[in-house]
Amino acid sequence: MAEATEGEFDLRSLDEAELIEQVHDDMYNGLKAEVEQATHIFLERGWKPDKVLNDALVEGMRIVGVDFRDGILFVPEVLLAANAMKGGMAILRPLLAETGAQPIGKIVIGTVKGDIHDIGKNLVGMMMEGAGFEVIDLGINNPVEKYLAALEEHKPDFLGMSALLTTTMPYMKVVIDTLKEKSLRDKYIVLVGGAPLNEEFGKAIGADAYCRDAAIAVETAKRLLAERRAAHAH
Amino acid sequence: MLREANGWSTLDVVCLPPELHNRPERIADAVRGKIREHRDGYDSIFVAYGDCGTGGALDAVLAEEGAERIPGAHCYEFFAGPATFAALAEAEPGTFYLTDFLLRHFERLVIEGLGIDRHPELKDAYFGNYRRLVYLAQAPKPDAEAAARAVADRLGLELVVRQTGYGDLGSRLRSFAERPLMRAWPA
Repeated sequence: MAEATEGEFDLRSLDEAELIEQVHDDMYNGLKAEVEQATHIFLERGWKPDKVLNDALVEGMRIVGVDFRDGILFVPEVLLAANAMKGGMAILRPLLAETGAQPIGKIVIGTVKGDIHDIGKNLVGMMMEGAGFEVIDLGINNPVEKYLAALEEHKPDFLGMSALLTTTMPYMKVVIDTLKEKSLRDKYIVLVGGAPLNEEFGKAIGADAYCRDAAIAVETAKRLLAERRAAHAH
Repeated sequence: MLREANGWSTLDVVCLPPELHNRPERIADAVRGKIREHRDGYDSIFVAYGDCGTGGALDAVLAEEGAERIPGAHCYEFFAGPATFAALAEAEPGTFYLTDFLLRHFERLVIEGLGIDRHPELKDAYFGNYRRLVYLAQAPKPDAEAAARAVADRLGLELVVRQTGYGDLGSRLRSFAERPLMRAWPA
């Protein structure tokens, strides 16, 4: 671990409340090395990996998401913050796996055919993983056949589709209509997102929900999964 | 340029900030503000925007305010023409488009606007999935192609140059110019 140099302070000198506040600030400022260092310090102090994940990383990214939604932060800052969170998650991921904790749900996610934009989709994947979901990321430019194959192979709770372009977002309906044709639609909760989409579009194409941003995607996924499981329990 | 070349003396042009290209969620309200600011002085208003990533929000505003725009998702589409643009996108989804305007303001709108000047490591996050750059040239200056090539090299993309002229923008504006007293805003 690097020692503090002149002009910096040692994260180890902070108590837990201060360190939490500091890691949120560091994530807000996109300081990956500092977030990684704080993650190590929490673990050295005996914090469980899931507590580090939730209280330090996910909460830090939630704050970033709120300020992005409010127009205070822009895409570059969000990307830097996400990169910092990724650094922390890379440390925690193997430790979380060792605990044997089961994912709270599973999502297959991908950008639709004709579209190569993945910044938003990657943020959603990261936040879903942070929230305890298993994420199968199909990447970009996915034809309906690839979605179908992944749904068959992974049997997820959710299908998530992303598009940045007004010219590609109609393809989401192609996928949903294909699911209907094959009598598969009701097996999955379909979430859609992307800059040019809105609530009305989500409804019009037959998605279960339009998610405005990554934080809302996580909230929506948790709510819809709980509702579905409650309905199946009766 | 079109206004001067065609002598459309009854057409005035006002502009919105080019930075709106990076904040499409703000376009509709900004256009509404401009329409209301200038509406009283003109018979008709033409908005030279595509949907530009507003997801229909711009069209909703234009319907409410009684203005119209050129059809198409983006300026790329109305410069290239819908069929050509669709073919370009189909041939390579990972295509980044430049127009004369975007080429001229590339540093400010793209490099600075996306924070790449301050954080060069973000370049791959934005452009990692792109494969080629198509420069749709309207009325390029002599050094424009070299400038486009420099951008392509900087982003690690193959360069394709298409001389499109003003495409549908020119023909739509021409039909508008027959009316007296109008105002237009370029994308």
